[in-house]
Amino acid sequence: MTAKRVTFKLNGVTLEAPEGQLVIEAAKAAGVEIPHYCYHPALGNPGNCRLCVVEVAGAPKPMVSCRTQVREGLEVYTDSEPARRAQASSLELHLVNHPLDCPVCDQSGECGLQDYYMKFGRYDSQVREAKEHKRKRLEIGPHVMLDQERCVLCTRCTRFTEKITKTSELGIFGRGHKEFVDLAPGQRLDNAYSGNTVDLCPVGALTDKDFRFKVRVWYLDQTPSICADCSRGCNVSLHTNTKRPWHDEGRRLARVKPRHNPEVNQWWLCDEGRYGFKKFDEDRLGRVMRLIPYRRELAWETALDELASELRRELEALGPEGLAVVASGALSNEDWAAFKAFFVDALGCKRFLFAPQPDQLGIEDDLLRRKEKVPNLEGGKALGFGSAVASLSWERLEADLEAGKIWGLYLIERDAARFWGAKASALLSKPRLVVWQGPWKGRTGELAHFRLPATAHIEEDGHFTNFEGRIQAYQKALEPLGQARPDWSIFEGLRQRLGAAQKAAR
Amino acid sequence: MKILTRHFDNPKLHELETYRALGGYQGLAKARGMAPQAVQEEVKKSNLRGLGGAGFPVGMKWSTVPPPEKAPERFVVANFDESEPGCFKDRVLGTRAPHQILEGLLIACHAVSARWGFVFIRGEYADQYDILKKAVAEAEAAGLCGDVKVRLMRGAGAYICGLDTALLETMEGKKAWPRQPPPFPTVVGLMGKPTVVNNVETLSMLPHILVNGGQWFADIGAKGDPARRIHPSGGTAVYSVSGDVERPGIYEFAMGTPLRQIIEAAGGVRGGRALKAVIPGGTSTPPLAASEIDVPMDFDSLRGVGSFLGAGGIVVLDETRDMVEVSHNIERFLAHESCGQCTPCREGSEWTTRILERVLEGGGVEPDLANLRRVGENIAGKVICALGDTVGMVVRGYMKKFPEDFAKRLPAKPAEAAR
Ligand SMILES: Cc1cc2nc3c(=O)[nH]c(=O)nc-3n(C[C@H](O)[C@H](O)[C@H](O)COP(=O)(O)O)c2cc1C
Ligand code: SF4
Ligand code: SF4
Repeated sequence: MTAKRVTFKLNGVTLEAPEGQLVIEAAKAAGVEIPHYCYHPALGNPGNCRLCVVEVAGAPKPMVSCRTQVREGLEVYTDSEPARRAQASSLELHLVNHPLDCPVCDQSGECGLQDYYMKFGRYDSQVREAKEHKRKRLEIGPHVMLDQERCVLCTRCTRFTEKITKTSELGIFGRGHKEFVDLAPGQRLDNAYSGNTVDLCPVGALTDKDFRFKVRVWYLDQTPSICADCSRGCNVSLHTNTKRPWHDEGRRLARVKPRHNPEVNQWWLCDEGRYGFKKFDEDRLGRVMRLIPYRRELAWETALDELASELRRELEALGPEGLAVVASGALSNEDWAAFKAFFVDALGCKRFLFAPQPDQLGIEDDLLRRKEKVPNLEGGKALGFGSAVASLSWERLEADLEAGKIWGLYLIERDAARFWGAKASALLSKPRLVVWQGPWKGRTGELAHFRLPATAHIEEDGHFTNFEGRIQAYQKALEPLGQARPDWSIFEGLRQRLGAAQKAAR
Repeated sequence: MKILTRHFDNPKLHELETYRALGGYQGLAKARGMAPQAVQEEVKKSNLRGLGGAGFPVGMKWSTVPPPEKAPERFVVANFDESEPGCFKDRVLGTRAPHQILEGLLIACHAVSARWGFVFIRGEYADQYDILKKAVAEAEAAGLCGDVKVRLMRGAGAYICGLDTALLETMEGKKAWPRQPPPFPTVVGLMGKPTVVNNVETLSMLPHILVNGGQWFADIGAKGDPARRIHPSGGTAVYSVSGDVERPGIYEFAMGTPLRQIIEAAGGVRGGRALKAVIPGGTSTPPLAASEIDVPMDFDSLRGVGSFLGAGGIVVLDETRDMVEVSHNIERFLAHESCGQCTPCREGSEWTTRILERVLEGGGVEPDLANLRRVGENIAGKVICALGDTVGMVVRGYMKKFPEDFAKRLPAKPAEAAR
């Protein structure tokens, strides 16, 4: 049932909104910002910060817009003199005991206190008293640091652990001005979603351990992207640091933040997805290499020529049955299209290992995390790489290699060597041709004949299809490392060299 | 006029036998012979208003409880948290006449069809807890509780727990952070069920109303004057009189009795000193100047002189008292007891206290007065519960009525001290 629509007035402008909608939401929809800390659409409206006060015609005192509902004929002023005065005075009271340590605070530049002071405050301080001191620099979990002095006691973080993760590690202790946020006795903030408390905290009380003192937020660029760490496809924003490369030892990706998408991840992100980004700057493949028969760096064109001619030779001699392809659900839809055009349509290849095996499976829960730890299985399935085609398992592939049925093994981003452990070098020495393609070196990269660097998804534009079949775009946030190029362009380069000839021969 | 304290000279009043011999539990019997709705009507007629501080008409509060068809389970809670400085009448009522409270609670349960009656007792009232526990056992043994289960619950010691919605939170085992109505407790209260919270003095009035009739009670009290927006207040109130008087103690008077008469009953100002100020309703209520004590003591008349009847805690202050010290003392209490939930009260109460502290220590600067007033204005009306309003109101009340005490503490010349 949809709510009845009613008309009300906001700052003198007549607007329509669903009856019963909170004024703070209705104003937001109309582009009017009302300052607030405690209210959050997912966490409720305890009304404790008293910052969202507005003037309501006929009301004897300022009303909190997070608890006032739109009704027919309601008249609200967010910018009248009394409303502004009420907002500024609430802000002033928030700042009485705030340490004002912005120069050493990571939140600086994106802080609710700074922003609101500039927009709604701008008064001269009347505080002559000493500030209340509380505890600082508390490591409350693997990812999050707490500074109790900076806290405005909005209870967002405690409500998150109570209502969303249902773990209740955080609480508000003490009374009155001595009150502070802290861990419940015997607890640590180590749930799988702990990083969200940092996003929720409107001030610098909760900060990312990982991001502390690394780079000022105003040097960061933001690019919309999709998290590639499981098949949920959470919407994220990649915060990259290219303007100050000397900060944080050249780490290009400074942090990952969730982007609100009510259909996919709401406001949240799991810690694996949030803090797993260091891999994009670690152990990466930068150069096109041929390792066997001897180790040399190649230009792309040479490498593709050499690989194409070797593939052609073996295909002509032994046929496509002996070529096994191990692909990863990390490929984009664009990659999958080129993958199919090359391996299936051009080469007639039949032996695929595609389905997630233990190497790509992990923990699942009922909030966000999915057990398949790759982003785009559905994109592959849509092109026919479902269970029917993907007949191989790691065990079966191992047996086929042992039996000498495989002359060529083309591995895309799946580190067979790591999976096989001690047996890996023996198994990988069986085929005449082993190709390793992907963003990372992996252990297999050391044992392959060809090593082809591919871009990570953060270095290209593309699309993933999540587990529900939702196609989502991501954008290029950073330049590729070294010679890396998108997977689809590697497949396409090979197809152009070899596919036409192969087809003609058949 | 004495209703609740009429038999207080009887040292055995707390025993069931004595209480019954003096007419106790007849009100309950009468109520049980009536339909719940009829009991509500009788109480409405009596003009009984809540004596816990807010003065809300009792019958009207009860009538907002949804009908049993909609919400079969409902509760009545007797508020025995009495923590307001200057108030001790509930303690005396609980010590001397526990059955009067219990009978009132059982009548209220009948009036709203509740099967559970709770008494929430201030943690420090250990003796009263024992006395009441014994009374409940006696009443149960005598079959007086009927199908109502009466349970006692002790507070853990915080002023805010006396506020009805904070009380419900703490009863549920949570931190006593006041809820923000609506919904009101009579609709969504304890464990989400309709709950009536009434002060123990309020409840103690019920047996007498039932026995003598609502009209009798209304006639005793203040008639009111609708033109001046003064609504009637039925019956009497029990005042706790303390401070600079000859005979501190509890005194019961009809609603509308002039404050002067109550102070005189307590022997007047101690040691023949001159009166300077009176706190009429407990320290949360702004002070009256000596010239204002002819005000009739009822809920609405006191508003006319900028204060409240509150819970009837009358504190008399003689000419030697310094109002900066008094207001600092009260603000410090409020800052200590602020639950800390909402920012203006949490921060504003402490800031106000510290400014007053600095002024008291001789470090006052000229802008302090304006700032105190401004901070007070910025808290009142912008908070979740009445404690915050009080924080903003109290200091402004003292500054308004005793400006010379504040002026005396500041440097003669308006010069800003070094910041
Ligand atoms: C800060 C604060 C403290 C209070 N403390 C008490 C108390 O100790 N006892 C009490 O009966 N009412 C107290 N009240 C009033 C209660 O909230 C509530 O109004 C009362 O218990 C209702 O009963 P009544 O209608 O019989 O007065 C307090 C209110 C406030 C704002
Ligand atoms: S730590 Fe942050 S989110 Fe938590 S209560 Fe304090 S200000 Fe709010
Ligand atoms: S006004 Fe004070 S006591 Fe009341 S809820 Fe707010 S902080 Fe707590």
